[in-house]
Amino acid sequence: MKQYLSFFRIRFLAGLQYRAAAWAGIATQYAWGGLTILLFRAFYQSGANSFPMEFRALSSYVWLQQAFLAMFMTWFYDNDIFDSITGGGVAYELCRPCDLYTMWFVKNMAIRLSRVVLRCVPVLAVAAVLPAPYGVSLPADGIAALLFPISLLLGFLVLIAFSMLIYLSAFYTLSPMGIRILATSVMEFFCGALVPIPFLPEWLQPVMYALPFASMQNTPFLIYTGHLSRTVALERMGLQLLWLLLLLAAGRLLVNDAQKRVTVQGG
Amino acid sequence: MIQLENISKTFRVARREAGLKAAAKALFRKEYTEIKALQNLSFTIGDGEMVGYIGPNGAGKSSTIKIMSGVMTPDSGSCVINGHVPWKERKEHVREIGVVFGQRSQLWWDVPVIDSFELLRDIYRVEQQAYGRNLRELTELLDLGDIVRTPVRQLSLGQRMRCEIAASLLHDPEILFLDEPTIGLDAVSKIAVRDFIRTVNREKGTTVILTTHDMQDIEALTERILLIGKGQILLDGSLSALKSRYSTKRTLTVDYDGNALGEAEHITVLQDHCGHAKLLIDTAEISVSQAIAAISAQAEIRDLSVTGESVEETVVSLYQEFAI
Repeated sequence: MKQYLSFFRIRFLAGLQYRAAAWAGIATQYAWGGLTILLFRAFYQSGANSFPMEFRALSSYVWLQQAFLAMFMTWFYDNDIFDSITGGGVAYELCRPCDLYTMWFVKNMAIRLSRVVLRCVPVLAVAAVLPAPYGVSLPADGIAALLFPISLLLGFLVLIAFSMLIYLSAFYTLSPMGIRILATSVMEFFCGALVPIPFLPEWLQPVMYALPFASMQNTPFLIYTGHLSRTVALERMGLQLLWLLLLLAAGRLLVNDAQKRVTVQGG
Repeated sequence: MIQLENISKTFRVARREAGLKAAAKALFRKEYTEIKALQNLSFTIGDGEMVGYIGPNGAGKSSTIKIMSGVMTPDSGSCVINGHVPWKERKEHVREIGVVFGQRSQLWWDVPVIDSFELLRDIYRVEQQAYGRNLRELTELLDLGDIVRTPVRQLSLGQRMRCEIAASLLHDPEILFLDEPTIGLDAVSKIAVRDFIRTVNREKGTTVILTTHDMQDIEALTERILLIGKGQILLDGSLSALKSRYSTKRTLTVDYDGNALGEAEHITVLQDHCGHAKLLIDTAEISVSQAIAAISAQAEIRDLSVTGESVEETVVSLYQEFAI
């Protein structure tokens, strides 16, 4: 356990070094969050009744999305891992008495968390002082406040477990770009990053929940805003857990198979 | 104790003809060629041995090292190292080995070397006391001093390689695999690295397996060499035995007074110019003393030296003999 912690630490600390990038990111997120909310306001003004979420809840959803962006962004991958697989550096990683899957999983967590730590507080702080209904509100109730962090963590782990599959695909394809781009666009839509899932057509909803992507950012943010009733919230968290276990198992199988097929070229 | 028996490994390589048509065809059906990297490889290496593993490019050296270090799984055959099968009990196995791949780096690029060392300490769960002792020792022997506090990206290749080697020894491995550890190093760094490897082998009894193209490495370090070619072990023996077997030729360099040397039986004159001559003899045909006698009968010898074939030349003749 300690080895993975130190691994996490060195990666986390390295991630904290990029302060200029963090400030630039924060600025982008204010702008992006603000624009999204204004866009939705225009829609709401044309008829608020036709929308599944209250505007206030939507604003919270958008600001949470911005604050925790680094945890859930679908386009972000650690190029070190791809390079290590395609370039053969993985030879060294396999010479360590560590589990490759856990090591890379932890590495991903560390990078994303180091970015979130720098960005989420300034974004939330500003969003909290914005006048209602444009800012972020407090969690809907005590239960929501309690369930939110758990669901947030589950969603985060689901996302990483899924991206592990993309990393591991590099063992089979040599160039991971194709799968990466495909996965990013599918995820971006199906995880509710573009439009919150409740806004999508009724008939599409079962499809969304049959895929792992809705169990990423969608569930914790909807819990926070009180959009989900208590029972539904618990159900969805169960679904998150289920997806997490399934994806972890798939990743395990894949890494075991990939390890057998490793051919380190050159040298 | 390292025991390999009948290890085989085949790679599949996608191939296609040049041109657009062939590329379009390859979209639907790829053609693969099988490359037999290793074929029924067997050898045994005892504890504390220092073995040079040589062979031309593509012979299967690195593949063997990768199988022995648990990175790669062979198609068939058995390999037991200190009681572990590397690819089956990878974690237990790698705890007891150290590896340096000369062409890759195990240090973190952006951070000072010492941070990488500390991470390795945690990864291998080295006791603080043992770590401190090893670090002190390695720092002294490899002359690391201030280098360890410098970010890796600012180190010269020689400095980095010394750090790489130190990094692979922090956890007191019983076996050290060195895959081209002196590649690209200057003469001074090469000698430092060689001295260090010798010291580790002698004082800690670490088994060392070294692959290299640098024959001076082999000459300076190893008693035993394994020659691999086309995926098979071609030779397994001591360096001196090999040298005497493969080089019966000697070059005689002579400074003399008198007329130019005439032809003599079994002596080939390579050059002869103003009292300075280079002669080639084959000791299977004529002994060195007979040759000297023959020369001194012709001229007054002022100075004379006898040189054998260098290891490099021996290896080239080996490669030629086995047509690899």
